[in-house]
Amino acid sequence: MSSIAGTKSGLTWAVHISVLALVLLWLFPTVGLFVSSFRTTDQISSSGWWKAMFPQEQNLVLRTAAPDTQKQDGDLFVVEGNIFADNNESLESEISVWGVSSRAIADYVPGETADMGDDGRLTVQANGDYRLENDVELSGSRGERVFVTAVSPPKFTLDNYETVLFSGTARDNMAKAFFNTLTVTIPATVIPIVIAAFAAYALAWMRFPGRAILIAAVVALLVVPLQLALIPLLRLHLGIGIGKGYLGVWLAHTGFGLPLAVYLLRNYMVGLPRDIIENAKVDGATDFQIFTRIVLPLSFPALASFAIFQFLWTWNDLLVAKVFLIDATGETTVMTNQIVELLGTRGGNWEILATAAFVSIAVPLVVFFAMQRYLVRGLLAGSVK
Amino acid sequence: MHPALQGLITIVVGVGGCIGYFYLSNVFVDKVLFPASGPQAGRNINRANMVRPWLFLFPAIFALGLYLAYPVLETLRLSLTDRDAGGAFVGLANYKQMAQEPKFWEAMRNNMLWLIVVPAAATAFGLLSAQLTDRIKWGNIAKSLIFMPMAISFVGASVIFKLVYDTRPAGEDQIGVLNALWMSFDGGVFSTLFLRLLPAAILLGFAAFVLYGVYLIVRPLISSEASRGGGSWWAAPLRVAVGLGGAWLVFLSLRSVFHLFTATLPYGDPQTWLTIPYWNNFFLMVVLIWIQTGFAMVILSAALRGIPEETIEAAVIDGANPFDIFFKIKVPQIMGTIVVVWTTITLVVLKIFDIVFAMTNGQWETQVLANYMYDKLFRANDWGVGSASAIVIMLLVTPILVWNVYNARKEMR
Repeated sequence: MSSIAGTKSGLTWAVHISVLALVLLWLFPTVGLFVSSFRTTDQISSSGWWKAMFPQEQNLVLRTAAPDTQKQDGDLFVVEGNIFADNNESLESEISVWGVSSRAIADYVPGETADMGDDGRLTVQANGDYRLENDVELSGSRGERVFVTAVSPPKFTLDNYETVLFSGTARDNMAKAFFNTLTVTIPATVIPIVIAAFAAYALAWMRFPGRAILIAAVVALLVVPLQLALIPLLRLHLGIGIGKGYLGVWLAHTGFGLPLAVYLLRNYMVGLPRDIIENAKVDGATDFQIFTRIVLPLSFPALASFAIFQFLWTWNDLLVAKVFLIDATGETTVMTNQIVELLGTRGGNWEILATAAFVSIAVPLVVFFAMQRYLVRGLLAGSVK
Repeated sequence: MHPALQGLITIVVGVGGCIGYFYLSNVFVDKVLFPASGPQAGRNINRANMVRPWLFLFPAIFALGLYLAYPVLETLRLSLTDRDAGGAFVGLANYKQMAQEPKFWEAMRNNMLWLIVVPAAATAFGLLSAQLTDRIKWGNIAKSLIFMPMAISFVGASVIFKLVYDTRPAGEDQIGVLNALWMSFDGGVFSTLFLRLLPAAILLGFAAFVLYGVYLIVRPLISSEASRGGGSWWAAPLRVAVGLGGAWLVFLSLRSVFHLFTATLPYGDPQTWLTIPYWNNFFLMVVLIWIQTGFAMVILSAALRGIPEETIEAAVIDGANPFDIFFKIKVPQIMGTIVVVWTTITLVVLKIFDIVFAMTNGQWETQVLANYMYDKLFRANDWGVGSASAIVIMLLVTPILVWNVYNARKEMR
């Protein structure tokens, strides 16, 4: 018996470890983006984000304080200070080697003195304290350049979010795109629900010829690729004067979302108890009353799950927005489109890209974690037969 | 905030308009057109009840017809005309032109690769994670985290994976995880183990798995069981087709194993992963697999929970080990769900656009049909060929469409 128990617990451990590995593997890429959005340009391009949690070695080009801060000490002219404090770097950094020329950045160890001839003698300590002394008065407007290789503690910044949300240029700033996306998303989520709910009620609880064919048609339209709709509908919109704009994209999302909405809601409404609805009918309620007073409140879970689907889908959509919404002026750009443009023009600027992407991901993630229950329920209703 | 205000007004007008339409049209039918009073009350009630469903359905039917059904026919018509010639009918000329373009065949080949790899991998990972998380305490948390990429847009996921695949020149610190990992291989024993033996083992396992599947599918054709199996007329050709497809897959994986051992790997050079022809397709597929695994897991996990406990208990009593229980008891019982998951992911794959558009835009031989179509429609402004490629996507979707409708009708009876 003990051997069976032993293998069983061994297997359980294996399960725990493999699940942990799987979860970490799945989280790893997202965490990378998240961490990168809090790092500066230099940090991102000099080391992998996974090193951001640990102190890391950096090469910095710093300057001593300007000569006008010099003091006279006996017959010497002296500039003193802390090289990190003077340059707004982290005070907890520790210098391993340093130099005074870009060709020899590792000439000296902390505590040694570099003789720069006419420019004086510079001593730098490991913690960044320095002393520059000269026999004659120091001149010039800027301090001496010092090249240090220092180990700095992890440092994170909110500057990227500041740039992306508030201060950035038209290309970097996502605030407008954020509101545009919201403007697209909310009507495009609400309107199909209303239309589909009525249709689903009719398909579930009313008897009329052709019902079966209509249901089959909805199932068929469920899988029609929206790529087919692009050109005909764009022509239609341009033809009837809607053109490219919000109205067009709302209508398009409504049309494309309807099959799933009708299908999900009908499947749910069919499952509602027949007694309630028939009793109401006997009591003289009209179909409209039954629908608004009984069926709609009872169908809340299905309505919620479709709302989440449609919200995620419209928020994350790129193709429909590109075709029906965004015109040549780019005034109505949405976040997905702006990120793609950033990818094209600023493929290397990871701090902006990562932050912009994370801003666009944040809202769906919040919705996802808050409403996961309904999302799962909707998925199950939509695909498990 | 002008557009936001406009949006608010649209919500109010749209929703109010819809509700107003439904309410007023019902009132109109009941009170004005067929009033339920007077000498013809009975007949009027019946008539009102005949009209009412169509009142409820009209907006939905109108929107579905205009936004989905009409475009299918219109695209078909456009694919047979030439825009430059004023929309003249040109027969199959657009299709002919498309068939002569190497980019189209590249897109077809890549789409087929996507179709094979992504649904298979996502379903397999989904099944694995569903089974593993099923019985552990923190399983629900693990599930949420694996499911999370579902909420992330394809564009967001593309940025995430662009960072993973990022390349820095040799000598600098790599900031992409994949290159950092790659640079740690030096051609020694570990490299051979992880880059040649392990993938080879996985590929051989896959080949064996497919071979077994092919054997199961083709067996009724060879032995005399076919007559007993109640095969429909289409069963035999389908079996042959699936069998041939499987055999091709086995051939591909065996060839890949051969290449694995003969190829010289450029150790120590940072790779620009997205520009390596053929293999870059797989790096793009990883993004979609990463997203879709959660979906597969959630549905398969619900199916696994729906398996009657007695069947598993009986197997345990009969001394089956966990692997036997999984493959011989559980998987056959959820086969229907696996098929549903597979087809759903297949549909996503057929329409895949954003990932390729954002990451490579079809360069370096990564073109897929949807992006090819977008190229033709909006960059080359060739609506004829663009529509023709849209029709190709539609044709690829059609078998699933037919299958879904067939199942839905069967269910309703």
